[in-house]
Amino acid sequence: MKKMYKITAPEGLHARPAALLVTAVTPFECDVALTYKEKSVNLKSIMGVMAQGVTPGSIVEISAEGPDAEKLFQTVTEVLISKGIGEEC
Amino acid sequence: MLEIQGIAVSDGISFAKAYCLKDPDLSFEKVTVLDIQEELERFKTARGKAKKELQEIYEIAQVKFGADKAAIFAAHLLVLEDPEMIAAAESKIVSGMNAEYALDEVANMYIEMFEGIDNIYLQERVADIRDVSKRILGHLLGIEMVDMNRLTSDVVIVAADLTPSMTAMLDTKYVKGFITDIGGKTSHSAILARTLEIPAVVGTKNATQVIQQGTTIILDGTNGKIIVNPTSEVLSFYKQQHKQHIAAYEELLQYRSMASFSADGCAIEIAGNIGKPEDVDMVLNAGGDGIGLFRTEFLYMGRQELPSEEEQFQAYRSVLEKMQGKPTIVRTLDIGGDKHLPYLKLSAEMNPFLGYRAIRISLTQHDIFREQLRALLRAGVYGHLKIMFPMIATLDEFLSAKAILLEEQQYLKNNGYLVAENIEIGIMIEIPSAAIIADIFAKEVDFFSIGTNDLIQYTLAADRMNENVSYLYQPYHPAVLRLIKNVIVAAHQQGKWVGMCGEMAADEIAIPILLGLGLNEFSMSASSILKTRAHIAKLSKQQSKLHIERILLLSTADEVKEYVKRHLISP
Repeated sequence: MKKMYKITAPEGLHARPAALLVTAVTPFECDVALTYKEKSVNLKSIMGVMAQGVTPGSIVEISAEGPDAEKLFQTVTEVLISKGIGEEC
Repeated sequence: MLEIQGIAVSDGISFAKAYCLKDPDLSFEKVTVLDIQEELERFKTARGKAKKELQEIYEIAQVKFGADKAAIFAAHLLVLEDPEMIAAAESKIVSGMNAEYALDEVANMYIEMFEGIDNIYLQERVADIRDVSKRILGHLLGIEMVDMNRLTSDVVIVAADLTPSMTAMLDTKYVKGFITDIGGKTSHSAILARTLEIPAVVGTKNATQVIQQGTTIILDGTNGKIIVNPTSEVLSFYKQQHKQHIAAYEELLQYRSMASFSADGCAIEIAGNIGKPEDVDMVLNAGGDGIGLFRTEFLYMGRQELPSEEEQFQAYRSVLEKMQGKPTIVRTLDIGGDKHLPYLKLSAEMNPFLGYRAIRISLTQHDIFREQLRALLRAGVYGHLKIMFPMIATLDEFLSAKAILLEEQQYLKNNGYLVAENIEIGIMIEIPSAAIIADIFAKEVDFFSIGTNDLIQYTLAADRMNENVSYLYQPYHPAVLRLIKNVIVAAHQQGKWVGMCGEMAADEIAIPILLGLGLNEFSMSASSILKTRAHIAKLSKQQSKLHIERILLLSTADEVKEYVKRHLISP
């Protein structure tokens, strides 16, 4: 499963928003990746996510495979919207 | 038993175990491991211990400092548990490296990567990675890490230096005093020690080298003495001294509810300097007549981003409400010099005290300044607010700052906010140029507040953080006294009042001179208020006035000191 999101947080996907996202997906069983500019990183790795340097307004792809993938996407969407980090596109 | 002499900066005596804040030696060797399974296990155990520690710190920090400041530890936990970092280290261990080396390699890889990205947020994460990897490394090497947040018994902190934010984090429930290798009477840690009312000795040069962790020490903040491993006789002598100190303090308590008058019945104002809204309680407990200086920069420090207007409004409002109508002077942001805000991305300077700081920043970064002024103006409704600008060197600076303030006042009114009207607007006199043209300023401002720490530093051209020139920190230097006189005379000619919020305002020798010069308000650390009120109650303003002309003709600071002692303090 994969979905595209637009990052709207004014500082991009840095420290605080990355931490929120990583914390939200860590409890899930399935592997989850974030792809930005053709480079994929583990979305459960705060350092991997921050090192991507995702700037505001960018489109990222989040992909996950596994039994709880559907629930994971619900959570991701919820966190992104409620914390003002991004939106589905 | 061993004695160390330093500079006494905050009164009182403490008896406690030393708590040394020095970086532990985390050096290790690169070795090839044979039992890989055991090495992986060792790595896991060390991470587990680090995690437990961090969770504890996180919880304590949340209670103590609020979720905002505690967030840093949540970030550390995420770094600690980063699956990519763990996997990378583990794969190095599997290839035969010892855990210490593997961890160090991986941490350095991330540090290099983050340092290479042109982004301040990411560069700041480097500090987190360093912190976390040090914590794990400490456990791998079996070294206990120091951690001020996990104190459970009384200690005296021993450190090379304490940054302002570190000092702000001190928990006075357990921290009974501190000792530093460097620093002087006016370093920020010294000022904070007085605010927190804990004894402190600074500038000991080598305390961190000679004091071992956990050693019993006596800290005599009144005489600048530290006794390491005292004999029982010495300990009982100091306990006696401590009792006397307490008794003297209790004697002073009678002045708490008294008005501030000189012996000949002249009213003056004795106010307190504060750094945080909580400090107001100490000023009120000491019976302060007002707040002469609220250093707002501490609202901006020890955090990742600027405080919002709302956050500032709440802080200012709480101070003004607690003061119940007593005058409260708030100084606008005074950052730069030795006070940094990493998130403002100010570049390092050759001469920070002569550089881009205080009002100079406010007048170029308008957003920050306007936000602070709006918060202040809105809060002004809840008490007796006065606003002052720091580091004013030219009249233009003051006029620009004032114009911005008035614009924001109008803006708020237009948008339906209740704002304080007729707020007194003043400046700090801390640059000689302003002191010299005080007559010109006096026509424009509502008041002056003399900041002596900087005024002395600039008048004598001696960096007050530099121990080699600390002998030039001379409050009684005739040049300083003449500048102060100039300011007071100029203000009074225009019917304006003058306060002093620098160290000198609580100095026993300086007080009779300032009284004679006609200073209207003395503002100081809460811990000095009662002593000063008692001191002034014994001095005659008229008598002091008679000596001023002669004092101003003396040639050296020492002569001034001798003269005041002989003629004014114990005539």
